[in-house]
Amino acid sequence: MDWLNVIVQGTLLGGLYALFAAGLSLIFGVMRLVNISHGDLIVLAAYLGLTVTSATGLHPLLALVLVVPTMGVIGYVLQRGLLNQTLGDDLLPPLLVTFGLSVIIQNGLLEVYTADPQKMDAGTLETASLAVGGLNLGVLPLLTFAVAIVVIWGLQWTFYHTALGRAFRAVSDNQDIAQLMGLNRRHIFGVAMALALGVTAIAGVLLGIRTSFDPSIGGGRLIFGFEAVIIGGLGNLWGTLAGGVILGVAQTVGAKVDPGWQILSGHLAFLFILAIRPNGLFPRISA
Amino acid sequence: MTLQDYHVTRSSNAARTAAILGALILIALVAAPWWAGRADMRLMGEIFLYLALASLWNLMAGYAGLVSVGQQAFVGFGGYMLFALTMFAGLHPIAAIGLAGVFGALVSVPVAVLIFRLRGAYFAIGTWVIAEVFRLGFAQISSLGGGSGSSLPVAIVKSLASKRAMRESLSYWLALGAAVTVITAVYLFLRSRKGLALTAIRDNELAARSLGIDIWRTKFTVYVVTSALTAMIGALIFLQKLRISPDAAFSVNDWTAFVIFIVVIGGIGTIEGPIVGTLVFFALRETLADLGTIYLIVLGVVAIVIMLKAPKGIWGLIRARFDLQLFPLGYRVMVPGKTDKS
Repeated sequence: MDWLNVIVQGTLLGGLYALFAAGLSLIFGVMRLVNISHGDLIVLAAYLGLTVTSATGLHPLLALVLVVPTMGVIGYVLQRGLLNQTLGDDLLPPLLVTFGLSVIIQNGLLEVYTADPQKMDAGTLETASLAVGGLNLGVLPLLTFAVAIVVIWGLQWTFYHTALGRAFRAVSDNQDIAQLMGLNRRHIFGVAMALALGVTAIAGVLLGIRTSFDPSIGGGRLIFGFEAVIIGGLGNLWGTLAGGVILGVAQTVGAKVDPGWQILSGHLAFLFILAIRPNGLFPRISA
Repeated sequence: MTLQDYHVTRSSNAARTAAILGALILIALVAAPWWAGRADMRLMGEIFLYLALASLWNLMAGYAGLVSVGQQAFVGFGGYMLFALTMFAGLHPIAAIGLAGVFGALVSVPVAVLIFRLRGAYFAIGTWVIAEVFRLGFAQISSLGGGSGSSLPVAIVKSLASKRAMRESLSYWLALGAAVTVITAVYLFLRSRKGLALTAIRDNELAARSLGIDIWRTKFTVYVVTSALTAMIGALIFLQKLRISPDAAFSVNDWTAFVIFIVVIGGIGTIEGPIVGTLVFFALRETLADLGTIYLIVLGVVAIVIMLKAPKGIWGLIRARFDLQLFPLGYRVMVPGKTDKS
């Protein structure tokens, strides 16, 4: 029963990691951009949530109504103002520019919010739990997992059943021909980044309710999201959810053996899967 | 004017002048313990170690296309090897530095086999995962102080030299030697047959492959050599610091972010770039460091602007303007009757 509990908790934790990863996966799918500052943007969203809740007294989940559009606007502006200039055949510019961005965001947050760990207060939601078949499941982790499923289903639906999704797939397949067909790829990329950061906003606020956070944790969140993407297989959103679950379970199992091994065992699981299945478990496109 | 009058040369007046000036500067630097103060020597030692790290990262990213954000893995590994080998195996610190390089090379082989499966930007994040594995792994070793780290015992420090002034001079010379060795090694490597292959890969991977260059193997060699040298630099860094902890040893900011900024600002893909970048970086640091986080934000902005507006960095601008190459790598055709304009 103990181990079953560990695995269930790990699975639910995987929902959060899948949310970290979904934005990363989306922008890679549309424009082959790997955003090194993704983790710092998650932390930025958590701080925006904190500012909104402390300024208005709203519940953190209601604060999403403000944080998601704000992050979306930031994403669109960032893409059109900066990141579109880095796209091309050369690998270095996007990598180094997003790396620079990561340092800027991290130190900007330090300047504004200091290095003190912060946490959002979600009232009874934090401690509420349900007894299911002898297991005590936290309502917040369950909610996070459900949100992850809804978000990934929503992205999948957008991708394959809407005009916007068709535009995403078109620029992803061939930018020049898509441009000839009347799509403005700069705008499409901007929208994709807005959508990705909207998802990031949800991930950031859920992170901020679940644990305390400070400006330095962005790199770690980027790595978790990245591991979930690679484990699941590039370009496959449901695979990303599976990757998040595998990473989450590996971490909780590791923590059960020795608390110091939590994060390390997640990394080792990732390296193990990289060794036996270099393209991830459910690959759809090759990098 | 016949074809025989043309000739191809590698050197130029600028390169010869630079070589002579470089030799003079080097002599002055070697003599620093007799003319510089203690604080200046410490700063210069740090500059040399960053110069070495930057030159190595530049070889990987600028020439082999291996953009790593996880070089702190080998800096920290080397530092920990210095502590482990001197404390538990009783080695002399200088022997331990050499051996740290050997172990760094050995460790980098399985790491390379694994992360070379990732392409481009995913490779970059993969190197970061490795660095995190190293950090968390060393934090588990309680004999090395676990998560809080440990200090180098006084007896080991004294085994380097009994007098403090002598120790300081020695560690300064080691840092200078490391920088000179790394730059010379990179220069000679790039002039060699393998270096030519590497330059071809940099310019066009597909064309290089079609000429029969084994791309995987060339990159693998660069990765292993760079890792070994980075581990040795790491050992030197922590010989100067005398204290090590997982967070300091595997800091992504200290050993990778700064190094990347140095190379990008100076000019990626040139030998001169990291030298220029290191000087600019330390000039900025010495003037702006009091600003703390603002300084890092400025650094990030400068790096982004340079990457977008002048991707070849400061040295790229200078080279485009004056056609200079201080470390002669390329060949140029000399037309009779025209003087060497550089």
